[in-house]
Amino acid sequence: MEKFTKIQGVAAPMPLVNIDTDMIIPKVFLKSIQRTGFGKNLFDEMRYNRDGTEIEDFVLNKPQYRNAEILVAGDNFGCGSSREHAPWAIADFGIKCIVSTSFADIFFNNSFKNGILPIVLPQEHVDILMADAEKGENARMTVDLEAQEITTSDGEVIKFDVDPFKKHCLLNGLDDIGLTLEKADSIKTFETKAAQERPWV
Amino acid sequence: MSPKTLYDKIWDAHVAHEAEDGTCLLYIDRHLVHEVTSPQAFEGLRMAGRKVHAPEKTIAVPDHNVPTTLDRAKGIENEESRIQVEALDKNAKEFGVHYYPVDDIRQGIVHIVGPEQGWTLPGMTVVCGDSHTATHGAFGALAHGIGTSEVEHVLATQTLIQKKSKNMKVEITGKLKPGVTAKDITLAVIGETGTAGGTGYVIEYCGEAIRDLSMEGRMTVCNMAIEGGARAGLIAPDETTFEYVKGRPHAPKGAQWEAALNWWKTLYTDEGAHFDKVVTLKGEDIEPVVTWGTSPEDVLPITGVVPNPEDFTGGKVEAARRSIEYMGLTPGQKLTDIEIDTVFIGSCTNGRIEDLRAVAEVVKGKKIKDGMRAMIVPGSGLVRAQAEEEGLAEIFEAAGFEWRLAGCSMCLAMNPDQLAPGERCAATSNRNFEGRQGYKGRTHLVSPAMAAAAALTGKLTDVRELM
Repeated sequence: MEKFTKIQGVAAPMPLVNIDTDMIIPKVFLKSIQRTGFGKNLFDEMRYNRDGTEIEDFVLNKPQYRNAEILVAGDNFGCGSSREHAPWAIADFGIKCIVSTSFADIFFNNSFKNGILPIVLPQEHVDILMADAEKGENARMTVDLEAQEITTSDGEVIKFDVDPFKKHCLLNGLDDIGLTLEKADSIKTFETKAAQERPWV
Repeated sequence: MSPKTLYDKIWDAHVAHEAEDGTCLLYIDRHLVHEVTSPQAFEGLRMAGRKVHAPEKTIAVPDHNVPTTLDRAKGIENEESRIQVEALDKNAKEFGVHYYPVDDIRQGIVHIVGPEQGWTLPGMTVVCGDSHTATHGAFGALAHGIGTSEVEHVLATQTLIQKKSKNMKVEITGKLKPGVTAKDITLAVIGETGTAGGTGYVIEYCGEAIRDLSMEGRMTVCNMAIEGGARAGLIAPDETTFEYVKGRPHAPKGAQWEAALNWWKTLYTDEGAHFDKVVTLKGEDIEPVVTWGTSPEDVLPITGVVPNPEDFTGGKVEAARRSIEYMGLTPGQKLTDIEIDTVFIGSCTNGRIEDLRAVAEVVKGKKIKDGMRAMIVPGSGLVRAQAEEEGLAEIFEAAGFEWRLAGCSMCLAMNPDQLAPGERCAATSNRNFEGRQGYKGRTHLVSPAMAAAAALTGKLTDVRELM
């Protein structure tokens, strides 16, 4: 997994609440057996007309946001289906960080597995960042994971929380499976004990 | 010992390792797999030269892409869908996991097959690369959806890296009124809490109205815990649960059954255990409900009217405006004036035998509205066989329904069963998101009985008027 340390980039505003994973990547694109290539279909039904032309007023089609690396989004981002194709599409597009007042649980976990940092902030802080994002391409935000700080284009600093283990994995680009296999003995011990206590499983 | 919730008990029984910061390795008893969210995970194992850690605890079945038309033996026309199902065939064989292929009568929606075959048992941890894994919580199993990276993690290690969620209690007191079902309960709860109301929690559903439900009804309730944002939904196992489980192909037998039963009977929330959040609804206050918008929280009693976006606050104002426009509705319009073109009955929410019986009761001896497209898609081959044995299939066909083979079908429309742009559907499934059932398709979520009523009248209808 790619490391996440610090990014400085354009933030795109998406104030709509309850953006679901069907919006992020519609099911017609879930038929691939690959992990890559989903970026061009990110937000497909909001982003393109049926004939494949772009819908001009969709935020990521506007010239100032085409290279956005940060998304500032409405509440409950990523709700719905567990499809990891959603963070795959977001990462493939080039977005590395999403800020919202809340995320759906599965999407939140899936993001960390793909080098994306989801940040939960109170409404008043999301409002500040949303207003900053509205300024367009000259307003570049900085997200510093090590320091757990977002700096707006005006230099305002907003602190954020992140789970220490998830932070460690993101900063170092660590593979979860490799880490868990280091604890193979604990798993073996558990299995032996469980086989005695609950043999029917 | 301090009193524990049901969730606390199942959690504690499955922690294989706990780090100082509370990050745990949670041991997984059952891993269910379908074709859409697993190919990249199996490929990951292959690339790393890893095996499936516990193939005997891993159960695979294709469901999302499979055609549900009677001619499906001739194969899947869409090339990508076919490749995905073929990949599961190959991976199941290569890695040696339990498998129910498309032509097996036991094939069906993964969340219907698991309980039906006795794979899902009380007190287990169950995961699947599918958000509706919450369904299995009906057995008092801790069950939730995971992403594909986590599918690979479970395949490789039989564990999941987790931090414990908070405890939430949803109590439904008293009795339900006639015409009100498990689907109305679960939608009413989401209407109350919102789609983010359960974020960070595991819900335990309890109260007399929940106790009174069959296992099928309990599965419907837990299935939509995810739509309320919760990691999982749980119902403590009781005689209804044990009765359902007993004798199923993979349920314990003989002395093992007795041992299992002894443990299962300890799986309840202790008196005085702490819940971080409590929601209580009175059973008798719940009406047959429908959704009007594009979020499962957009729930109203069928007797209501389409709301005005200005009635909401914050970001919901704009979301409601967008929903009402997308759905082609007018604020103030009576819900019972909304005309329907399509009825879809099925899905992991409402594709079980009891759901089909409820439909048959409403449509018996009647005809669906002229021009209505109405399909019934049983949740598994065995549900289909049972419905045929009980004479339900004849009732459906006589009424004008298409009687299909098992699969996810139009719930998410990955197979050919889709809405056309602008088409409006009364659906027993779980999501009314934009484009969910087809590009620009419009979905109203309802119970099976309400879907049946809409098929007869051509409008969203209060089923109590037909009873």
